[in-house]
Amino acid sequence: MDASPQKPLANATPRILAERETKIVAHDVNVYYGDKQAIKHLSIDIPDRAVSAFIGPSGCGKSTFLRTINRMNDTIDGCRVTGEILVDGKNIYDRDLDVVQLRARVGMVFQKPNPFPKSIFENVAYGPRIHGIAKSKTDLEEIVVNSLKKASLFEEVKDRLDHSGTSLSGGQQQRLCIARAIAVNPEIILMDEPCSALDPIASARIEELIDEIRQNYCIIIVTHSMQQAARVSQLTAFFHLGDLVEFGDTDEMFTTPKDKRTQDYITGRFG
Amino acid sequence: MNSMTDTFDKGNAAFIARRYASERRFKAYGAVALAVSVLFLVYLVVDIGIKAWPSFFEHRVVLEVNLDASEIPANEVLRGDFEGLVRGSLRRLFPGVTTRGDVRSLTSLLSAGAADDLRYETAANPALIGTTVRAGALLGDDADLYLKGMLTTLLRTPGSTNLQLAQSGEEFILTGDLSQLAVGQIVRANGGALRITGVEAGLARADAILAPATLNTLTPGAWDMLTFSHAEADRRINDRQVVLLEALRDKGVIEKHFAWRFFTSGDSREPELAGLRGAIAGSLLTLIMTLSLSVPFGIAAAVYLEEFAAKNKWTEIIEVNINNLAAVPSIIFGLLGLAVFINFFGLPRSAPLVGGLVLALLVLPTIIIASRAALKAVPPSIKEAALGVGASHQQAVFHHVLPLAVPGILTGTILGVARALGETAPLLMIGMVAFIVDVPKGFTEAATVLPVQIFLWSDLPEIAFQSRTAAAIIVLLVILFGLNAAAIYMRKRFERRW
Amino acid sequence: MTAWTLLIIAALTAIGFFVGQARAQGLRNAGTASLHSLPAYHGLLMASLALAAAGVTTLAVAFVAGSNSLIMPAAAAVLGTAAIAASHRLITRDFRARNRFEFIVMLVLIACSAVAVLTTVGIVFSVVFETLAFFREVSPIEFLFGTHWAPTSTPPSFGLIPLLVGTLLITFIAIVVAGPLGLLSAIYMAEYSSRKMRGVLKPMLEILAGVPTVVLGFFAALTVAPLVRNSGESLGLSVASESALAAGLVMGMMIVPLISSLSDDIINAVPQALRDGSYAMGATKSETIKRVVLPAALPGIVSAFMLAISRAIGETMIVVMAAGLAANLSFNPLAAVTTITVQIATLLVGDQEFDSAKTLSAFALGFVLFCFTLVLNYIALRIVQRYREQYD
Repeated sequence: MDASPQKPLANATPRILAERETKIVAHDVNVYYGDKQAIKHLSIDIPDRAVSAFIGPSGCGKSTFLRTINRMNDTIDGCRVTGEILVDGKNIYDRDLDVVQLRARVGMVFQKPNPFPKSIFENVAYGPRIHGIAKSKTDLEEIVVNSLKKASLFEEVKDRLDHSGTSLSGGQQQRLCIARAIAVNPEIILMDEPCSALDPIASARIEELIDEIRQNYCIIIVTHSMQQAARVSQLTAFFHLGDLVEFGDTDEMFTTPKDKRTQDYITGRFG
Repeated sequence: MNSMTDTFDKGNAAFIARRYASERRFKAYGAVALAVSVLFLVYLVVDIGIKAWPSFFEHRVVLEVNLDASEIPANEVLRGDFEGLVRGSLRRLFPGVTTRGDVRSLTSLLSAGAADDLRYETAANPALIGTTVRAGALLGDDADLYLKGMLTTLLRTPGSTNLQLAQSGEEFILTGDLSQLAVGQIVRANGGALRITGVEAGLARADAILAPATLNTLTPGAWDMLTFSHAEADRRINDRQVVLLEALRDKGVIEKHFAWRFFTSGDSREPELAGLRGAIAGSLLTLIMTLSLSVPFGIAAAVYLEEFAAKNKWTEIIEVNINNLAAVPSIIFGLLGLAVFINFFGLPRSAPLVGGLVLALLVLPTIIIASRAALKAVPPSIKEAALGVGASHQQAVFHHVLPLAVPGILTGTILGVARALGETAPLLMIGMVAFIVDVPKGFTEAATVLPVQIFLWSDLPEIAFQSRTAAAIIVLLVILFGLNAAAIYMRKRFERRW
Repeated sequence: MTAWTLLIIAALTAIGFFVGQARAQGLRNAGTASLHSLPAYHGLLMASLALAAAGVTTLAVAFVAGSNSLIMPAAAAVLGTAAIAASHRLITRDFRARNRFEFIVMLVLIACSAVAVLTTVGIVFSVVFETLAFFREVSPIEFLFGTHWAPTSTPPSFGLIPLLVGTLLITFIAIVVAGPLGLLSAIYMAEYSSRKMRGVLKPMLEILAGVPTVVLGFFAALTVAPLVRNSGESLGLSVASESALAAGLVMGMMIVPLISSLSDDIINAVPQALRDGSYAMGATKSETIKRVVLPAALPGIVSAFMLAISRAIGETMIVVMAAGLAANLSFNPLAAVTTITVQIATLLVGDQEFDSAKTLSAFALGFVLFCFTLVLNYIALRIVQRYREQYD
């Protein structure tokens, strides 16, 4: 466990960062669970209006880092974060930052779909309700319908919006969760292995969806499937044992990785 | 677009503030709810504790008693007239008390069993007959309550004027500086007490509550005035008795002791003599009966249902049945006991045998459920390992699984016992309401148990019994607390994290 | 005689064990091939046969000739010894003693399990039997729908309604107190408190749960009822000295731990994924609890309430000591009412003639009580079962 900051990486500035604005900047972030250090001296820039993928073997810290961005790690006892994470230039680990508001701007989709045991409509309406986004009932209905459309679920459920969210298939449930996240109009969407509990066809639909909506959001997706990362993302970051080993434009990472560990992982030597 | 920073800095601040206020309120409600429960418990224990405290102490009058051989037959010492001897010694302390009413006031201060301590002591040591001994005579419940300050409080103000005392017939006259005197007041002087009946110019008339020994002049400090917080009509002890008790106290012959007899005597109609010995013995016998039935049957049933029974419709019905039984009101078990054990089988009423049977049935479902949970918690890998080396199913269960489940079973048993100890209603049904004086020695003798004793005492009118009921409750709570602490200790010490 | 008989039975059992074990041991030492079962099992088998023979004989004789005759120990001795002698021949090398013994053990276990079932049968049987006897004297219609309850007056009347109303009134007060207190306590302990706090608070509630009801009854009668009366009178209301309110308040505090611990389990069973989903949307903790956790836990909480109601309805001592005896048909919490359990207790304490309607009416009340609580408990337990299946 070395104390010096991360070595500069081989890909100095990925092309994608030159083309888009930088949405998230992480600077020397360390995350500890009790005495165990899960993330070591991590610094990375994440672009807006693009999909960035975090890949790496199990337990390498990619999900942990994802959860620092919307401060979901706060809900875990004994988790400690040092360093800075700037979103639009403001450090979200500042003491006076309102976490509730942060999470309204940073949406999250989980590995296993977790719709609330409420109706489809209520699932999507939940966020706008608690944040007081809708001004009237018709407003709320509009938001729900639009979110379901954006999540390309509306056509399938438009006749049964009052049915329970848990009565849908796995893939539909995940799209419902995406609709739910979109309903509060976030700017960043975090996805933690969103397709790992789904069959290939449902996964493909989710990937299509991600492709459609990436023009409007900063999306970060954690995935253990390199093929998915290659298909869906513009920037890829490879994590290994808590270190950020390499990050760069996706096509370059997968064809000409600069670090041997990256190459080993991509070619399937481990993980 | 710096929308993020906008949100963080300003965005709809009032709405957010409301949401956070709602959050704080909600959390506070939860904390308040818990506080109410905890405070109730504390208030309960403290309130009963305060009521109970006086019962743990008793007052005795120390008397010089001459064990006159003519009153005590040598071959049957226990039949001697010890009451007469004790009363005589008490009367000797007040030579001025002669009228019938006054004497009765004096001797009624003593408990009905005041001479019993002396009786048993003399019977154990007959050499004392003919000698003079110092004996502590127990005071009756009213006198005892007074000395504990529970009937009225007394204010003694020393007199600071000069008074002359004279007697004319039955009445007494006071002359001198009458500035401190008023009608109805009580003046203590010269070993007696007078109640002022009238104050005129220059003199005051008074009736004697207790005749003064002399008619000496009363100098400042030689006499005092007594004022009561409760009028004579409102209390169980009259002014004369108060004066006598105060005189005894002044003589220094009143002693306060820890009331061991509360634990060593059986029940009695007199509050000062009533003790818990019978109830504790009855509880013990009943509990032995309960445990010896419910534990073996409960563990056996649990082992069968959990390890050996096939998982079919019948076992499901049995499981539902047991879960329901655990929630049946306890009084119904009393009805069962009454109809089946007493009426049909003709077993003796109010006996620990029947009480134990009823409580065993009551506690059985709890023990079965707790034992099943303990057995279920043992990892199946252990049983599989035993089967793997060729043990039979029964051997695997009895040699390996059951021993590992023992801590859990033990905890469940202790909690079952604690429940059985505090049950009252079913035992009332099977007849444990009689006034039992003797300490039960067998399972078929009539007995009572501690919670029933508490119930019976709580119904009695004497104030002193109220305090005794509270004291019995404290004893019961202490025992239960000990049991629960043992269960928790057992759980902590022996529980394994699989 | 009973003591001697028991002694003889115990002695025969022990003798049986040692004889059987010794013989098996002898066989083992003599031959070269090994026994099927360990000698101990042979011993145990013989011991159980001796015990069974002697025991059954004793019971039979006791039933027929009474337990004081000399026949009992004699018969036990004779048949027990006969059993040992007869089974002596069974002990051979190939004899599967262990299997036989385990069969006997299984029978014993099954018999013990049967006791639990027999209890329910016994309860139902005895209560129903006496209730039917009661209905032969008093019509069920009068009992179930009558509004006047006076079993000791002449002529007696046996109308259940005032008791029902009294029971429900006090239960209602108890739930109004215990419901919010118990639920909010559970929420705080499950969602807000630290582990240390929980370690202190949970035992305190368990202590409250362990206070015997006779103690609570004493407290209710001597402290709470006067308090309620005095506060009521200072507000200008007329309060009975044995008000339903006082009994209901204390009963409520009695069932707070029940609701709290059941709700605690239910709330903890709600999957963390649902909470995470809500937090990730920017909801505060109370919003998550109110809008996601509690609705998800609702069936379990309803079931907890039902069990609490059942417990309150069946409670006896608190109401016997703090509630009234007169069957007063009233919905006023400040009045004195009586409950079903109080009447059962008062009717049966003292002398009972089993053919008088008065005594039998107590059984009829018991039957009503049993049915009520059975239905509530059954529904509640089914709900919890279904709820657990949903999340496991």
